[in-house]
Amino acid sequence: MFTALRRYAIENELLYLFLHNRIAQLAALVALLCLGGAALAPWIAPYDPYDIASIDLLDSLLPPAWSEDGDTRFIIGTDDQGRDLFSAILYGTRLSLLVGLLSIGFASILGITVGVLAGYLGGRFDSIVMRIADVQLSLPAILTALLIDGIARGILPRESHDNLMIVVLTIAIGLSLWVNFARTARASTFVEKSKEYVQAAIIMGMHPLRIMVVHILPNILGPLMVILTIDLAVAILLEATLSFLGVGVPPNQPSLGTLIRIGTEYLFSGEWWVVLFPSLTLIIMIVAVNILGDFLRDALNPRLR
Amino acid sequence: MALLEIIGLTVKFPTRFGNFTATNNVSLEVQAGEIHGLVGESGAGKTTIGAAVMGLLQSPGYIGSGSINLAGENLLALDNNQYHRVRGNRISMIFQDPQTSLNPLLTVADQLIETIRQHSDVTADDARTQAIQLLEETGLSDAKQRIDDYPHQFSGGMRQRVVIALALCTQPELIIADEPTTALDVSVQKQILALIRTLAKDRGVGFILITHDIGVISEITDQVTVLRSGRVIESGDTRQVLMQPTDNYTRALMAAVPRLEQRLHRFNNIVTDDSIIDGDDHWQVDGASAKLASDWLLSGHQSSDTGTTASTTPVLAVKDLEVTFQSGQPGWFQSRSGVKALSNINFDMHAGEVLGIVGESGSGKSTLAKSIVGLVDPSAGELRFRGQPLPPGSKRHRKHPVRREIQMIFQDPYSSLNNRLTVEQIIAEPIRFYKLARNRAHIRQLVASVLELVEMPQRAMLKYPHQFSGGQRQRIAVARALVARPDFLICDEPTSALDVSIQAQILNLLKDLQEAFGLSILFISHNLAVIRQMTDRLLVLKNGKLVEISNTDRFFREPAAPYSQQLLRETPSLSHLNAR
Repeated sequence: MFTALRRYAIENELLYLFLHNRIAQLAALVALLCLGGAALAPWIAPYDPYDIASIDLLDSLLPPAWSEDGDTRFIIGTDDQGRDLFSAILYGTRLSLLVGLLSIGFASILGITVGVLAGYLGGRFDSIVMRIADVQLSLPAILTALLIDGIARGILPRESHDNLMIVVLTIAIGLSLWVNFARTARASTFVEKSKEYVQAAIIMGMHPLRIMVVHILPNILGPLMVILTIDLAVAILLEATLSFLGVGVPPNQPSLGTLIRIGTEYLFSGEWWVVLFPSLTLIIMIVAVNILGDFLRDALNPRLR
Repeated sequence: MALLEIIGLTVKFPTRFGNFTATNNVSLEVQAGEIHGLVGESGAGKTTIGAAVMGLLQSPGYIGSGSINLAGENLLALDNNQYHRVRGNRISMIFQDPQTSLNPLLTVADQLIETIRQHSDVTADDARTQAIQLLEETGLSDAKQRIDDYPHQFSGGMRQRVVIALALCTQPELIIADEPTTALDVSVQKQILALIRTLAKDRGVGFILITHDIGVISEITDQVTVLRSGRVIESGDTRQVLMQPTDNYTRALMAAVPRLEQRLHRFNNIVTDDSIIDGDDHWQVDGASAKLASDWLLSGHQSSDTGTTASTTPVLAVKDLEVTFQSGQPGWFQSRSGVKALSNINFDMHAGEVLGIVGESGSGKSTLAKSIVGLVDPSAGELRFRGQPLPPGSKRHRKHPVRREIQMIFQDPYSSLNNRLTVEQIIAEPIRFYKLARNRAHIRQLVASVLELVEMPQRAMLKYPHQFSGGQRQRIAVARALVARPDFLICDEPTSALDVSIQAQILNLLKDLQEAFGLSILFISHNLAVIRQMTDRLLVLKNGKLVEISNTDRFFREPAAPYSQQLLRETPSLSHLNAR
C-alpha cells in the first residue's frame, strides 16, 4: 500500500513537484488554514459578531490582549462596536472566501463556455464574442463591478438589498473576470482542435458539443486551473476593494474589506489593531493563493520548466 | 592518430526515477576525411554522443566516465573557456532543421561574417569574400547576389547549404551532423549528402553523421556504429556491417528496412517489442479473443461478395477533383483568389485494393485524404463512394453511413489519441457511437478482443495512452479505426513517426488486417520503399497534380513520367551495396 503510494507520487508529475517544493507546501498549508478557519468560523470563533445581544459597547476599541489596557477575553482586541476582532476576522474571511469562490465559479463557467465555443466554432461567433471581451478588458474590473452594483441597487427594492448583496457581488466580480477564462480557453481550444484526435472525432461524425465536452475540455483544463487559482486571489481582493468602498456587503455582515474600512477611520487616533489584523489576514491569504497559482503554472506548463 | 577518439564514454542523466544511462561505455574513432555514421532507433543515445563531443550536454546530464580526444588532446580536461575555443572553431555542428538553426532576423551575410570574424582576425571585406567563397563551395551558384538575403528567402535545401557553409567557416577539423537531411525531401537530401561527401574528401574534414535512416548511412558513410539503448552493438566498415551483420540486433534492423527492389510478403525476423507491459499478461476479459474480434469484424462486412455489381463499381471514384485554399475573405469587388492544393485529380479505386499515394511535401497528399474524409471541401469535381456521390465534408450529414465506412489512421500517434481517456474508452467510442454492440459487457469484450487482434495485451485497455510507446499507440489507433468495421481505410503516413523496427511491425499488422478483412486501403507515404512494400497500385502527386498512375511492380521496373524516374533515382537504396 505504502509503496504503491510512493510509486504514484513519483509518477504523478504534479504531486512529485509539490512534494519537492517547500514554498508551495507552505502556501497550501496557509490557504488550507484560511479555508478551514472560514468554514468552521461558527464553531471556532469565541464570539458571534452577528449576535447583537452579546456585543457590549463598553468593550469597544479595546487593544490586543498583550498590551497594557488589553482584555484577555479579546486576543487581538475589539472594533468600534465592541466586537471581538478575531471572531470578526474569521467571519469576514468566511464571507470574503465565499464571495471569491462563488464569483470565480461564475466567471469560469461563463468564460470557459464562451471560450471553447468561440475557439471551436470560429468565424462570426468568435469575432463578436471576442470583441465584447476586448471591450470588457478595456474597462477596469472595479468599474465593471461598481456599474453592476449600482444598477442592482437601482433596480432591486430596498428591503431585499441586504439579502441579495452577495449574489450581486458575485455577478459583478464574475463579469469582470470572465475574459481571462474565455481567452485562455479559446486559445487552447484552437490548439487542440487541430490535433488529430479531434479530427478523428469530427470524421466519425460526432456531435460538436460532445467533441467539445468529452475531447477538448479535459485536455485544456491545465492552463485553466492556473487562471482559476490566480484569479481567485484577484476576486477576493476585488470583493475587499468593493467592501472597502462601501458598495460591497452590508456593514452588519463584516467582510475583510468592511473591517479594513472601519479600521482606517481609527488609524490616526492610535487604534492601529483594528486595521492591521484584517489587512494582514487578507495579505497572507492573497499571497498564499498567488504562490499556489504560480506553482501550478510552473508545474502544468512544460515550456516554463 | 585518429582525429577523434571516444573511449568508454558513459553519460548519465539523474532523473527522479533514478540515474538514466544515456550512453554506456561507448568507444569509437573518426579519421580525418572520414564519414562516420551513428545509427540507431530513438533512445539509442546518438544525439547524446554528439552533444558530449561538443561539450553541450543538457543539464543535468553529466559524463560518468570515459574520455574524448580530439587529435590527441583530451577535451574533457578543458575548462569552459578553453572548450569555447574548440567548439565552433575545431568542431562544428549541422542541425536537423534548417528552419530553426538560422537566425531569421539577420541576413545570411551577417551570420556568416560574424562567425568568421569571431574566430579569425580578418577585415569585414575579407570575411565577406570568404563567405561568398564558402557559399559557392556549398553549391549556392549565385552566392554574390544572394548573400544579402534573409534565411526565409531560401528554400529548405538552400538553407541547409547555408547552415553547412556556416559550419565550415571556421575551418573545423570535425563536423557533427545531427540528422542533417531528415527534414528535407529526397531530391534535396541526395544533393546535401553528395555535398557532405565532397567536403569530407576535399577538405579532409571528419564527419560524424547521426541518423536513423539506414539508406542515408549506406549511401555515404565509410564507417558505421550501430547503437541500441546507449550501447555499441556493432561497429566497423559500413558495407561489412550492413551486408554481413554479426549481431542479431543489426540483422533484425536490416531486415526491417523496407527495400525498393522487391516486395516482401511480410517483414521477417524483426526485433520484437519487448517493452510491452511487464507482469500480468494473463489479465483477461471473459470470452475475449482475437478470434472473436476477427469474426465480429468479418460479420459486419456487407460490401464484398454481395454480387457482381459490387465488384465492378469502384469503391472510390475521384473525378476532376480540385481543392483551392482561399487566402482570406474576398472583398466586394475582388474575385476570389487562392492556392490550388489539388487540381484535376482523376482515379478509381477497386474493392480490396491497396492504393499508394506518393509525393514530396506540399504535393497535396494529405489534402486528398482530407477531402475524402470530409475535413476539407473540394472546390470542384466529384467523389463517388461505391457508386454513390459523396457529399463534401461541410454538407455531409453527421449520420451519413460513410462516416463509419471510411476510417483514417493518422501520422502522429502522439496526437491522434485523447490523452485524458483510457484505452478502453478510446476504442469503445466508435462501437458505442455507431451502436455496433449489444450491451456494456459486449463492448468490453470487443475492446479486449480487438486489442488482442492488434497484438496488444488485453490489460492495455485499463491504461492511458501516455503509458505506451509510439508503436503501441499506433496499434491502439489502428484498433480504434478497425472497430468501426470500415470497408475503406485511409492511412496518412502511418509509420513516418516511428522507428524502422516498429515501422516493420505496424506494416506487417496492416498487411495482415488487409488480407484478413479485404479492406481497401489508401496508403499515403513519402517513402517509396514503404509504398513498394504495401501497395498494389500507386499514384504520384507533384504540386497538386497527378503525375502518374501505375501498377506498383511496373512503376519500380519502369517508371513512365520523368518526375517519377527522378524520384526513384534519388531515393537512397541499399542495392548499390551489392553492386559495389
